[in-house]
Amino acid sequence: MERDDIVEYSLETHHDEAHGKVIRKKIYFVTVLLTVITIVEVLLGAFIKQNADSMAWITVKWSFIIMTLIKAGYIVMVFMHLGDEKKSLRNIILIPYFIFMAYLIFIALNEGLAVNNSWLTY
Amino acid sequence: MAGHTTHEIDSAASWKGKVSPFRTSYGKLMMWFFLVSDALTFGGLLVGYGFIRHAYTGKWPIGEEVFNSLPFLGHGYPLVYVALMTFLLIISSVTMVLAVEAGHRMDRKGVTKWMLATIIGGFFFLGSQAWEWSHFIHGSELGRVQLHDGSLAYVHGHGAKFESFEVVTAGAHHHVGDIITDDLAHEYNHAVAAGHVLADGSIKLHDGSIAKVNVKEVAHIDELIIREAGGEYALDHIIKGEEAARLYEEAVRAGEANRVVFGANLQQNEYGPQQYAQFFFFITGFHGFHVFSGVIINILIFFGVLRGVYHSRGHYEMVEKTGLYWHFVDLVWVFVFTFFYLV
Repeated sequence: MERDDIVEYSLETHHDEAHGKVIRKKIYFVTVLLTVITIVEVLLGAFIKQNADSMAWITVKWSFIIMTLIKAGYIVMVFMHLGDEKKSLRNIILIPYFIFMAYLIFIALNEGLAVNNSWLTY
Repeated sequence: MAGHTTHEIDSAASWKGKVSPFRTSYGKLMMWFFLVSDALTFGGLLVGYGFIRHAYTGKWPIGEEVFNSLPFLGHGYPLVYVALMTFLLIISSVTMVLAVEAGHRMDRKGVTKWMLATIIGGFFFLGSQAWEWSHFIHGSELGRVQLHDGSLAYVHGHGAKFESFEVVTAGAHHHVGDIITDDLAHEYNHAVAAGHVLADGSIKLHDGSIAKVNVKEVAHIDELIIREAGGEYALDHIIKGEEAARLYEEAVRAGEANRVVFGANLQQNEYGPQQYAQFFFFITGFHGFHVFSGVIINILIFFGVLRGVYHSRGHYEMVEKTGLYWHFVDLVWVFVFTFFYLV
């Protein structure tokens, strides 16, 4: 039953069988993608040894971080349907969070390195 | 201009008190706001982990070395188990999004089926995590040793196999001549950790009795790797062969508690600095708690689906909202997997 005291946005997400097929195809694509990325990550981790000075490890480390962001992007945009929401909603969720986290990561990791440095020095 | 209104408010452009500027329902919007705040909590935890890790001057434990076991198969499988857990969570996220999709078509049967699959996946993940915690807490055969100069070293090799313990001095429970054959490796490690191995190699048991150790196969120490420097040995120094065996045995028989540490608790752990295990317990524990509450919420919504509550409401938005929470749990795990286990 339709309600007239509120606008039922909940109904806007409804779709028919034909459109459902398209959506499910996308879901299966993302499933395969996430699985493949995870397997690649584990293989890279198993074969490239951690070593702060080796270029190979540094490349692998950053590729882990990039792959993680890709996985996270697909989960948020497709599984959580944030990609289908209004742009203003998407921005209000993502932008403040990213700004704050970038700030926090920058501050905390630099501070950590400074603490490390002073422990090694004194 | 004062004194009278110059513009009629255009009712189509206003929110009319029931229109959302985000074109989304109140419940969904609030779920998103909650998830952002929860994401800040997890972000804070992982950044805190990063801080401690960057500040630590010794060698931080490597995920591939700490988590390299599979149930029934022993070790030598770096991160395979954690990858399986990740896969499990991804799959249960997929079944959840399929439940949401079925809901958008008002396909009650589809929603029921996929919700049930999601709940089962959630239970499997929780079970896997229980195994992993248990494995992490119990630790390896030889533990981590503190050498005479105060340095900390990982021990590579394999532990002794025991025949029996033969009581030579009676304690509160055992009599002289008692032969103990149960749970020997565990009991021996306990004595080692407590500093209850005497100079001649016999051990003091729980009840104060002293027993001679009969071994089937002696321990074999391949190498000691220094992970935190001491007075004599520098970081990354490797001690091999007989020297390694001698130093290990010396620490075992020093009669001091905690010279050899097995597994992990909140005070100490064999893998690395104390904070490593603390962050492991807190981050994976907090995430596991989210999975647990997610499973509970999914079960409640599943009953709602069975009773037809949402069907008669005309939409399955409750499934969509619990789905948001469930995907979020998966999302957090993706980051925990990378920053705790991989890098």
